Amino acid sequence: MIRILRQIFTTGIVTEDVLGQEEAHIKVVGDRLEEAVKKRFRGSLAIRQVDAGSCNGCELEIHALNNSIYNCERYGIHFTASPRFADMLLVTGPVTRNMEIALRRTYDATPAPKLVVAVGDCGCNSGIFGETYASLGGIDKVIPVDAYISGCPPTPVALLNGILRAIEGK
Amino acid sequence: MSLLKDAIISALGEDVRFRENYQHPASVVFCTVPKAKFTEAAKAMKRSYALLAAEWATEETPWFGIFACYRWGSEYLIVKTVTTMDDPAFPTLTKKYLPAYRFERQMNSLMGVVPEGHPDLRPWLKFEDWPQDAYPLRKSFDASKPMPRVEGEYRWSRAEGEGVYEIPVGPVHAGIIEPGHFRFQAVGEQIINLEERLGYVHKGIEKRFESMRWEDGFRLAGRVSGDTTVAHSLAYCMALESMSGFVPPERACWLRALFLERERIANHLGDIGAICNDAAFAFMLYQLMRLKEGILRTNSELFGHRFIMDRIIPGGVAVDIDVKGKEKILSELKWLEKEFEKLVTIYDENPSLEDRVRGTGVLLPEKARELCAVGIVARASGMNLDCRIFNPFTPYDQHDRIEMDVPVLVTGDVHARTWVRIHEVRESTRIIRWLLDNMPDGNINGTIEPPSSEKAGFAAVEGWRGEIIYWLQSGPEGEINRCMVRDPSSVNWLGLEQSIPGNIVPDFPLCNKSFNQSYSGHDL
Ligand code: SF4
Repeated sequence: MIRILRQIFTTGIVTEDVLGQEEAHIKVVGDRLEEAVKKRFRGSLAIRQVDAGSCNGCELEIHALNNSIYNCERYGIHFTASPRFADMLLVTGPVTRNMEIALRRTYDATPAPKLVVAVGDCGCNSGIFGETYASLGGIDKVIPVDAYISGCPPTPVALLNGILRAIEGK
Repeated sequence: MSLLKDAIISALGEDVRFRENYQHPASVVFCTVPKAKFTEAAKAMKRSYALLAAEWATEETPWFGIFACYRWGSEYLIVKTVTTMDDPAFPTLTKKYLPAYRFERQMNSLMGVVPEGHPDLRPWLKFEDWPQDAYPLRKSFDASKPMPRVEGEYRWSRAEGEGVYEIPVGPVHAGIIEPGHFRFQAVGEQIINLEERLGYVHKGIEKRFESMRWEDGFRLAGRVSGDTTVAHSLAYCMALESMSGFVPPERACWLRALFLERERIANHLGDIGAICNDAAFAFMLYQLMRLKEGILRTNSELFGHRFIMDRIIPGGVAVDIDVKGKEKILSELKWLEKEFEKLVTIYDENPSLEDRVRGTGVLLPEKARELCAVGIVARASGMNLDCRIFNPFTPYDQHDRIEMDVPVLVTGDVHARTWVRIHEVRESTRIIRWLLDNMPDGNINGTIEPPSSEKAGFAAVEGWRGEIIYWLQSGPEGEINRCMVRDPSSVNWLGLEQSIPGNIVPDFPLCNKSFNQSYSGHDL
């Protein structure tokens, strides 16, 4: 136990204010994000992440939003297990034929405002997988999308930026 | 001399033919047998203690080729047989080799070849709402068109009796995780059966390869399973290079090894953290994710991508490392080691954690062997397998210099799978130091000619999950006729299914995390 406590105290707070070495404008993203979440979602934005067919690279970066460096909870953003509690769906793709129905159902189960953010090159336009018998294309081929975050995969900072764009746009 | 080759000759005599100059690298034995002798070949392999590494089908109009790849120690042997398109049946291998169970369901679903005597021909990857006659891997199948949906039902296996109830989970799970469906039958808290249903993220990758140029395929390979992008693109490139007879410059190979080990460390750190988190010890997750983030940032700074995606290319690698980069990694390793060891001590000294991970989700060694498991799952269940030792590329082949020490444990539980990862992080740290200190100078890539027609290439690479196999085949025009991808998940998912009965329902996430197989790599 003493070791755990020591580790906690010597680690201190590693969460980065300015999101590391990224350019200066990123500094504002956090503040604006917090502001927007406060204003539009009463300080708490619940996100349901849906993998509609990704290669799992995008998931790794979405995971990273939760680590202590990016720590998205400080802006009031948290991931929820059920679409019923979600304000936003963060969807990675391409939408596979085998996931289409599950994605539609998740969308239907989400209450308004149902913000949908398409994540990754695949989520935006199907990426390298194209439109085939098995891959239906980007997320907007199946459900309406409010914002797009490109990148393969998008970095955690790009993800935060994209989430901000989505809630400011509404 | 090859032991497996001897074994198959002595079992089949005149019936087995060896084809020279077809399969590359030449160290992989390639032979053809008549259809009626396909099981006999499997029997001979089984007697020689070989494991089934992969099974797949090709279309070589007017034939279907049926392939089985066996591995014993450092030897690989591929047995091929053919069947006509009018009568696409072939004898099943399920009676000899358990993993053939899923391989053959998949071949049946996607190529429409029929394994005779297979106990369970429910479709796999193919869903019940696909048209019956849709066989995407056949040449006549037009992959560019969407398929209509038809009525259909999947027949789940059932358990009945007093007090038995069923819990269906997925495909959309609670966390940030890939989709798949699990169905438990339980009595009280205890699981008596688990059935997996995968295929939700089937993107038609193998078919997609066939429409690509050789020089572009590595990008798709790097996206078969994003967390293993390095190892997948490496396996593709190595298979392709073997077909073209191209030997990449030495420095390129060393850099490839560097990327591979960095990928291993990053993923293992995340996994160890996530396992502890599922045992209600979130502290470890946050600490280890912090270390992982450090590695990813260095990757991005030095190699231009957090996961080093698209940096391994046919002919070599796309980025080099300079003295400053080397210094950066060395000082990072020092930091990593110090921090990591503190956390390992905490893991090790935490009785409540130990309580959860020991004896949970046990995959017995004999089961693991029967399932032909690979990678960390196999090494946690007593199997001594690692392509870096048994099928090494430069620099891993310098055994006496690199002195690889691969951990093998026998308990097969969550603890063993965690502990194997801990050992491997340490070992990879040591290997990276060695690589950086001894890396030869020179070019980092060369120009590679596309392979000529009617050839096959093979590569097996130890990704962080385990052995990844690529088998490439060029067609009559020199195009990609087939690209077979075998992620470790294709075999290890069966291991999860086998390790669950007897555990309590709340332990499932923990067990699942300790296997952490790829859905995308499996579903293709
Ligand atoms: S955008 Fe890239 S990382 Fe994300 S799912 Fe597609 S291929 Fe994978």
